[in-house]
Amino acid sequence: MILDIGFETMPREDLEAIILRRLKTTIDRVYSNIPFYRKKFEENNLSPNDIQSLEDLKRIPFTTKKDLRDNYPFGMFAVPMETVVRIHASSGTTGKPTVVGYTARDVNTWAELMARSLAAGGATREDIIHNAYGYGLFTGGLGIHYGAEKLGASVIPVSGGNTKRQIVIMKDFGPTILTATPSYALHLAEVAEEMGVSFKDLKFKYGIFGAEPWSEKMREEIERKLNLIAVDIYGLSEVIGPGVAIECHEAKRGLHIFEDHFIPEIIDPVSGEVLPYGETGELVFTTITKEAFPVIRYRTRDITSLNPEPCICGRTHIRMNRVSGRTDDMLIIRGVNVFPSQIESVLMEMDAAEPHYQLVVDREDNLDTMTVLLEVGESLFSDEVKHLQNREKKIATNIKDYLGVSARVKLVEPKTIARSEGKAVRVIDNRKI
Amino acid sequence: MRAEQISVFLENKAGRLAEVTAILGEAGVNIRALAVADTSDFGVLRLIVDDNAKAVASLKNHGFTVSKTDVVAVEVEDRPGGLHRILGILHKAEINVEYMYAFVQHSGKNAVMIFRIDNIADAVKILQENSVTVIDGDKVYTL
Ligand SMILES: [Zn+2]
Repeated sequence: MILDIGFETMPREDLEAIILRRLKTTIDRVYSNIPFYRKKFEENNLSPNDIQSLEDLKRIPFTTKKDLRDNYPFGMFAVPMETVVRIHASSGTTGKPTVVGYTARDVNTWAELMARSLAAGGATREDIIHNAYGYGLFTGGLGIHYGAEKLGASVIPVSGGNTKRQIVIMKDFGPTILTATPSYALHLAEVAEEMGVSFKDLKFKYGIFGAEPWSEKMREEIERKLNLIAVDIYGLSEVIGPGVAIECHEAKRGLHIFEDHFIPEIIDPVSGEVLPYGETGELVFTTITKEAFPVIRYRTRDITSLNPEPCICGRTHIRMNRVSGRTDDMLIIRGVNVFPSQIESVLMEMDAAEPHYQLVVDREDNLDTMTVLLEVGESLFSDEVKHLQNREKKIATNIKDYLGVSARVKLVEPKTIARSEGKAVRVIDNRKI
Repeated sequence: MRAEQISVFLENKAGRLAEVTAILGEAGVNIRALAVADTSDFGVLRLIVDDNAKAVASLKNHGFTVSKTDVVAVEVEDRPGGLHRILGILHKAEINVEYMYAFVQHSGKNAVMIFRIDNIADAVKILQENSVTVIDGDKVYTL
């Protein structure tokens, strides 16, 4: 269901006029209210008046996670604290957390976008939503919660953890929509099975999963094990939280970005150059309606591409493809940007099972070399050596074709690639630079 | 007429083959025939054992990638040209042999060879028409 027909299906021309108007207002506000942005503008001899078209956005420098940290905790707020009604923070696993604030209007905007998202994912006001995202400083739990209430659905604020009790609630309350991280969804399936509960006997119709990267294979697995239709949701607290983009359940092919609130760009993470539609790079967002915590050209470090093709659902908002990785993981091999996720896609095409692989990068005689170690599972194995050798060759050829870099492929025994906390270590870079 | 062979993926590094034989020994599995085909990086170990189910389970438990393949066990006269005659028969019938290896034990006074062939049914028919003895799968494991 399309919740906000007016905005979500607006003809592009009208939409772009609104985007530009809102962008200009935002630029004026950050320039007047946030010293960080004013300084950036001045350093680049820019004034808010220089931004007269959407093209002009390119002239403004990027904002990075480091900029947010440097202004910890409240230096990037555009309003006085008396008008801030909510504060969230990202986990500070790699340094200080990033702190974000919301005015009453921001909280309402967020709830509306989350309500749109839930509707796009199949929810209606008749539904009962089992919300297993964590509640707290993390935006997941409360973001979904407010959206569910805005939609008029019944929300069970079950949060994360205590999985056995969650299964009992699912049995007794009969929720019809599940919201969780995809890995927790699979964990729920495992625990239910241990408890002798079949998802076939539960009432779930749709599941809305996000907050971590996942794959099409994982979607198939979740849909099969949980007996529901699974869609992808995207968001990050620096932009607003969940509800930045959502996959429609009709197409399940890419996530519509709510462009009446956020402007997406894809850039080359090294040169900063804006890339055309379809090309893979780093996703950058500019918020155009937020009051307390606007961001201009914020580098998400998420890797994806944009798809402007019209969608069967009727929404006119552009789609981003599934996030396939992080720029932090990017390697530069002989001057070519390589994301482990791109190698993973090549491997996935070759094998029915989830690939377990590792990229080992070395420098020999001043030349970068990359070796792809691939664990041989049952679906890849053959009793004939030449078949295995052909597979190695085919993978190397595909990597060369798709990524433009040469790689050596080496088949290894299962469980030989080092894992850290259950996750495979994807990259070993032995270059001494 | 077909026998079942177990194939195991091995990295080409010291001690991997011994690891497999140790696991099978501990599981009480007797190896009847064995061959390794390898490259500089990896190898495929092919085994005929007396208890396939037990062998596969114990190897999988130890994290090895294992598959099962149908092969044929053929009696080969233990004299010059014995093997050549059989290959000739198959070649004339345009049946391609992917690989083959010898069995440890003899069957009476004949040697036994394992053949990996795509079209087993045709191969067995042709061999029998030329009065070559193809050994029953069940008997191979306990020869
Ligand atoms: Zn759509």
